[in-house]
Amino acid sequence: MIEVRDLVKHYRTRGRGTVHALDGVSFSVGRGETLGLVGESGCGKSTAARLLVQLERPTSGQILLDGRDLLAGGHRSRSGRGRRRSRTIQLVFQDPYASLDPRQRVGDALGEVLTVHRLVSDAAGRRRRIGELLEMVGLPAGTADRYPHQLSGGQRQRIGIARALAVEPAVLVLDEALSALDVSVRAEVMNLLARLRRELGLTYIFISHDLGMVRHIADRIAVMYLGQVVEIGSWDTVSDAPAHPYTAALNSAVPVADPVVEAARPALTVRGEVPDAARPPGGCRFHPRCPLAQPICSSVNPALEPFGPAGTGHRVSCHVVESAQRPASDLLLAHRQEHSGE
Amino acid sequence: MSAVLQVSGLRTAVATADGPLEIVRGVDLAVEAGETLAVVGESGSGKSFTALSIAGLLPAGATVTAGSIRIDGQETADLPEPARRRIRGAQIGMVYQDPMTSLNPMMRIGPQVREALTVHGWTAAEATRRTMEVLDEVGLPTPGAMARLYPHQLSGGMRQRVLIAIALAPRPKVLIADEPTTALDVTIQQQILQLVGGLRDEYGLAVVWITHDLGVVARIARQVSVMYAGRIVEQASVLDLFGAPTHPYSAALVASVPPMRGTDRGDLPQIGGSAVPLADLPIGCPFRERCPQSIEICAEREPDLLPRNGSHAACWVEPGDWT
Repeated sequence: MIEVRDLVKHYRTRGRGTVHALDGVSFSVGRGETLGLVGESGCGKSTAARLLVQLERPTSGQILLDGRDLLAGGHRSRSGRGRRRSRTIQLVFQDPYASLDPRQRVGDALGEVLTVHRLVSDAAGRRRRIGELLEMVGLPAGTADRYPHQLSGGQRQRIGIARALAVEPAVLVLDEALSALDVSVRAEVMNLLARLRRELGLTYIFISHDLGMVRHIADRIAVMYLGQVVEIGSWDTVSDAPAHPYTAALNSAVPVADPVVEAARPALTVRGEVPDAARPPGGCRFHPRCPLAQPICSSVNPALEPFGPAGTGHRVSCHVVESAQRPASDLLLAHRQEHSGE
Repeated sequence: MSAVLQVSGLRTAVATADGPLEIVRGVDLAVEAGETLAVVGESGSGKSFTALSIAGLLPAGATVTAGSIRIDGQETADLPEPARRRIRGAQIGMVYQDPMTSLNPMMRIGPQVREALTVHGWTAAEATRRTMEVLDEVGLPTPGAMARLYPHQLSGGMRQRVLIAIALAPRPKVLIADEPTTALDVTIQQQILQLVGGLRDEYGLAVVWITHDLGVVARIARQVSVMYAGRIVEQASVLDLFGAPTHPYSAALVASVPPMRGTDRGDLPQIGGSAVPLADLPIGCPFRERCPQSIEICAEREPDLLPRNGSHAACWVEPGDWT
């Protein structure tokens, strides 16, 4: 349904030179499917979100929705931008507080979206639709009369979701949508998202740094590092048997809320920090931090190649893993045992 | 048992337009040398104010109104201000979530670490030597060059290391960490968790780690206190908290985190409702309206923290009687 082809986004900056926010990202998402996009700061996941909902235009590449190129045509005049922007892909932000007008009642915030997009014809229809949207996200109808500051974080995030749903989108891009919420509230919103997906047949692109959340909701997971996808595959393979050394490191770094699991698993620490996206390393972008790096890794950037059994759609970009035909989780353990004296 | 840090009956209030509002409502905790106690809670639980109260770093308008804070047996709560400041500053180091706001952007790293020593009476020569030593201890490469940089020239992870260096420079016995890794990427968080764990073991630090992240609790701590509405509702070993929680709130909290193993991806158990504002605390247990176990007495009296199956819980209903 959504196909992203070789998406590139470079920002020219005054001080840092050209920032390579996205450097050739491709993936596809089927109807009703949830793709998880995981990665740390600077990996490009939020840039991908902004491009998908057309808040920005890519430097190059294509975004196809049901075969139609969203970027082609160029009929987005400056004045009509808000209205003409595709309604089919909607974004839910991390902090609904920042995206809600503090002086506007919740009902008016939702009503505004309905009016701007000419989705209701009269005041009665508008009121009815606002009620439906609130019910959809599990809020009482009376919430319409309240101001954002009168709501809890979880309620505000529900409003953020209701507002995105107001235009009846096919796809929701959820950019760290649960990250600012308390643990107990997170579970509620997670369950809400699962229910809406079921009931409305929505397609999600769920962006998060929290591998645990992504593991819970995604059908497939794409792992990003410095503007590129380094691994993509089914949720259980990528999460539980990661092939790329970065995915393995990420997986090991995420603390698990289970002390028995924590005590049993090896800590595969990676050294250093994510390099500046204005000066990405040559060759494989992860090589300066990778415990498995070989000479080739600093000169040739590996392509995203199929890995493991055919037909699984599992792909990884790593010279070492591809030549060994073993996932990085195995290789790193062996590597650690060899170097355990260090 | 010799706890390096022993807090009992701690109460802290903040001034509001409607008079003082108690946000820490009688907290007890004890940490031994070389141990990490995790204090876990959601927003508004009072965990950060507990940390700030212990470190003596409360913002204007907030005051400790009751309780005892002992370091190595010495009471610090009832000392006059200058003496209290001297003792706590030297014996308790504190690190915060956001290193950028707690570092002076106009000052090089070296002088900022040095200052943390000279205010505690270190001589200039000793302070200079210790500055280089502690920058090395927190894993900053080339401390000499690092000392000459400004905070903005460092990455987030390095800034957090500098903050830890400042906290540990005077060789305190206690380190209080208030969500110091929340703003960091997970691979950097892991480096910081390992660093602090290593320093704790090497120097026998007593660490209080404030967090909302149950994964971090499971990774770094042996003991944990769960806070709700300004009080500790469960005090347990980490193994017991996750394996056999004794308070319905902690049980619900632990259950609401998606598991990182297995294939069950059904709905997550949710608590429902939201925390009561401290300004409108009801009579009885503050959790009762969200609690699946509540009985009559829960609406009448707030339970004290009592022994339960090897842990401590502030709940009228024993886990064996849970429905």
